[in-house]
Amino acid sequence: MKKTRLVRVAALAVSLAVVGVACGDDDDTGSTEDTTAAAEDTATADTTAAAGVTCAEGTSIAFFGALSGDAGNLGQNIKKGAELAVVQFNAANAGCQVTLKEFDSQGSPDQAPALATQAIEDASILGIVGPAFSGESKAVNPLFDEAGLSIITPSATNEALNDNGWKIFHRALAGDDKQGPGVVAYIKNKLAAATVGVIDDATEYGKGIADIVREGLGDAVVASDSIDPAAADFSAAVSKMKDAAPAAIFYGGYYAEAGKLAKQLRDAGVEATLVFGDGVKDNGFIEAAGPAAEGSIITCTCSDGASNAEFAAAYGEQFPGETPQTYAAEAYDSANAFLAAIASGAADRAAVLAFLKSYDVAGVTKQIKWDETGEVAGNAVYSYKVEGGAIVVEGLIE
Amino acid sequence: MSDWLIYRTFWDLTVTGVALGAIYALVALGYTLVYGVLRLINFAHSEVFMVGTFATLITATNFIGIPLIEEGNYPYRTGITLVAVLLACIVGGMVVSGAGAVLLERVAYRPLRGSGEHVGAVVLAFASAFTVSLIFTGSTRTNIIIGLVGTAPLAVLYLRIFRRGRSAPRLAFLISAIGASTAVAEAVAIWGPRDREQYQTSRVLEKRVLFEFLGTDVRIDYVLVIVGALLMLTALVLFVNRTRLGRGVRAVAQDVETARILGVNVDFVILVTFLLGGVMAGAAAMMFTLVYDQTRFNIGFLLGVKSFTAAVLGGIGNLRGALLGGLVLGLGENYGAALFGGQWKDVIAFVLLLTVLMFRPTGILGESLAKARV
Amino acid sequence: MSLSDAFKELTSRPARTVSGVGERVGDMPRVARWSLIALFVVSLYLMPWWPEVPLLGWLVDTPGTSFEGVITDKVVIYVLVALGLNVVVGLAGLLDLGYVGFYAVGAYTLGVLSSQHANLPWLLCVPIAVAVSMISGVVLGTPTLRLRGDYLAIVTLGFGEIIRISANNADWLGGSRGISKIAKPPNIGPLKFGILDAKPYFFLGLTIIIVVVFFLRRLEHSRVGRAWNAVREDEDAAELMGVNTFKFKLWAFAIGAAIGGLAGTLYAGKVRFINPSNFPLQLSILFLAAVVLGGTGNMWGAILGGAVVAWMPERFRNFADKRVFVFGVALVLVMVFRPQGLIPRKIRKERWLANWKPPQRTPQFGETGTGRG
Repeated sequence: MKKTRLVRVAALAVSLAVVGVACGDDDDTGSTEDTTAAAEDTATADTTAAAGVTCAEGTSIAFFGALSGDAGNLGQNIKKGAELAVVQFNAANAGCQVTLKEFDSQGSPDQAPALATQAIEDASILGIVGPAFSGESKAVNPLFDEAGLSIITPSATNEALNDNGWKIFHRALAGDDKQGPGVVAYIKNKLAAATVGVIDDATEYGKGIADIVREGLGDAVVASDSIDPAAADFSAAVSKMKDAAPAAIFYGGYYAEAGKLAKQLRDAGVEATLVFGDGVKDNGFIEAAGPAAEGSIITCTCSDGASNAEFAAAYGEQFPGETPQTYAAEAYDSANAFLAAIASGAADRAAVLAFLKSYDVAGVTKQIKWDETGEVAGNAVYSYKVEGGAIVVEGLIE
Repeated sequence: MSDWLIYRTFWDLTVTGVALGAIYALVALGYTLVYGVLRLINFAHSEVFMVGTFATLITATNFIGIPLIEEGNYPYRTGITLVAVLLACIVGGMVVSGAGAVLLERVAYRPLRGSGEHVGAVVLAFASAFTVSLIFTGSTRTNIIIGLVGTAPLAVLYLRIFRRGRSAPRLAFLISAIGASTAVAEAVAIWGPRDREQYQTSRVLEKRVLFEFLGTDVRIDYVLVIVGALLMLTALVLFVNRTRLGRGVRAVAQDVETARILGVNVDFVILVTFLLGGVMAGAAAMMFTLVYDQTRFNIGFLLGVKSFTAAVLGGIGNLRGALLGGLVLGLGENYGAALFGGQWKDVIAFVLLLTVLMFRPTGILGESLAKARV
Repeated sequence: MSLSDAFKELTSRPARTVSGVGERVGDMPRVARWSLIALFVVSLYLMPWWPEVPLLGWLVDTPGTSFEGVITDKVVIYVLVALGLNVVVGLAGLLDLGYVGFYAVGAYTLGVLSSQHANLPWLLCVPIAVAVSMISGVVLGTPTLRLRGDYLAIVTLGFGEIIRISANNADWLGGSRGISKIAKPPNIGPLKFGILDAKPYFFLGLTIIIVVVFFLRRLEHSRVGRAWNAVREDEDAAELMGVNTFKFKLWAFAIGAAIGGLAGTLYAGKVRFINPSNFPLQLSILFLAAVVLGGTGNMWGAILGGAVVAWMPERFRNFADKRVFVFGVALVLVMVFRPQGLIPRKIRKERWLANWKPPQRTPQFGETGTGRG
């Protein structure tokens, strides 16, 4: 009996020791990725920074958001956009090599505060591209605000975020309160739909935008429901829509559920035009919905990154075979704002923040200029249509 | 307004509710069987189902070569080919899920029951070596090689430990199953070709309306699911009631020690129980992909929870109870979602369970695998 | 309870729950014992500085995220939750799969009272939140504790989900937006509860844990603790011996719920923002895994389990998305090789029992062997 225990304990101890030793070795690589090595690959001239500026060694900006986990895809898009900006900057400025650090929050407000503390303690970080989602923003933005570390979020569109008095808050696209009316205008004017069904996924983003649409359309809303995004079966909502037979259906939520929902609606014989918000603007939607996606309308305050040929080409060069996905262009603009600050000689966080307040530059997506709450000027909403298995830009919604 | 709505959509909700309930019921059978025999909540059963959906996907897409959804282009539109394709898919799901369930029993359960277990030792040895190697390198190929190299010595060590008679508290089984379930789901998420994204499954048949029932269109896929589930359940009941092995299952469910004394090979019976549960889950998986055309690494979790709820609702350990529980849950959820809104669906399911348990503390039909009132 | 039992209760040394170490410490002279315990406690309070100690730092530091933040936001919370859940699962033997519900009730009560609908101070809100959690434990327990073990598991699981979904859909509770700007603890002397510095929150959390540990130890060795023991080992026998099993089960539920709620207020007071996605079903399962991993029924085991489950994924951040997989494999391995957990419960040996050896290890949590119960 005694021997058994000994063997067992020894086995456990050995494996634990192995784990411990091995992990120690990896410490240094941590979550930091050095993008300078890839700089040679890109010949594209940088548009925002003067050639040959110098800055302190180790100067860095950081990406903050989900890189793994359920929402990891959107975070990857953002990181790539920011990475492209950094790589271009480093290629143009041999004397100023900026590092892009990564903080993978998995989109969880649970892990985010400790990561934010780490980012704040790292004095070399002058700005944050992120936090990517609204939930984690609420948990960590007070920390960034206290530390005076500027953030530019390329994706958190919750309309209430800029009401918190955070002086460090900026975002590179208009909030949901701008997008909602765009959806309403599109359904009323362009589609001229007399009856509309509205479904949301009961998340902060989905319900938020769906409620704005419900309010804006008023009596035209003939059927309304929420779904549980974790479920596979939406038949109750589908039955409701089938019964009401509206001319258009708006769904507030993300692309994976939108795909499932679109398919189940079409299978049940619902023929309404499907309208979605920016959370659906991802190729994942078309993959999930297949032919059921055809003809769907997607609105977004984001411009079409792929339509800016120069940006799309540089992106394709940096990440072979890829086209810029949702929020990549916004992330590119966000990172460029920080890089311009660094190029202007801003060497600490206060200087970067001051620089951003007077920033006014034509970015890839739009004119980037912030009001005092950090909201980007202008409130353009674009509409996209799914045609032939691709998301094609239709244009600005009037 | 909403009561009018439920009136107008009642039969529509009934058809979809019964189909979903049939899938719940098939998965619930796995929980019920294992519970009946081992008195354990087989938490990893949801992953057995998940693996089945992937098996169906691979069978249809890679082996049979049906392209992912293309509207109006169903290569096997009618006749014997269609039946053969459907059968191939369901068999694919059943074989893989059954094997998965058996493997699960040998890796995560049997070592805790104290019988020397070769397969379990080898798989665990590989898993631990592989996991440790993850620390050193991100290259999957190297990981596998290190895992394989480490397997032999570790397996010998593990087997030595397993051989010594040992027993574990019941909670240990639960946690080991949760661990196995997490590991399997994450493995699919990490090493699957589409990571954590949703997978589309190819459309095997055109979802056309078969007939009209009280003003509601009844689609062919729903009919197949309902009929298929009933057939599977009947076969299972016959197996448990009429065969020698089935008698063994019932004997072990009633009293392990007595059954052992009477010459029943208990370990084998437990294995068969897991196999049966796995096969049912595999069939459910195929039907699920038939209706919803999609799967994901975490598809099993919520469905597993719901199916377990269905099993308890009907009376866990009771085969007919699983069917009844599944149908009641599927219908109740659907009606409730139409009445109160889809966001309350899960709340409705659990409130239904609470209410039933208040009045019938062992479920609608009570526990009875052992008593053979299946 | 006999008189001699009561006497022993009063005179017995600290429980020798930790095998080996605990016994050795227990057998030391009084002065040595207390100075050792004091040293241990002080070193715990110095935990935020652990990463700077040469060897220890290399072992515990969390690359890529703030160690201070991890021990404050996660380790302290998980340990407290594990202690509470251990009362329910380990001491009373009730399988609770919805424990996150109580954690959420505590957090939400603080949120509602200090930000959403009123502006009460933290000090006032916390006792209310603990009381509300306790009441929710009683409300859930009263109808359900008459159910047998595994039915209880699924019902509690449902309860946790009902709490989360209700919070998600009730605008009164902030809906899916959650509640922000929750009150933080008041400054205590030099401890300034600010936004950036996590240390004061850590000290507060650690102090609460020590108080809870002290309280639970007294409880464990009281009449209530023995009644739980009896209920866990054999409910029917306990009932026959005159133990009001229902009452004691309800007590376990209520006390467990109160501690879970306390952990919730601690979390909400630190992060100052909560939303329903903070309280998923998976968290309940993680909490249970923490308790069983550490050693069901052993307070020290629960503490270790909670700490390991909270800290490990952050320590191994460089695994990125593989860490959940590693966690799953580790769970299976620990259960296979140490089914009783990392620090198994030792049956407390009374002095008169010191020379008596049971024929075999006493079964826990229902029955053993094939796992049949």
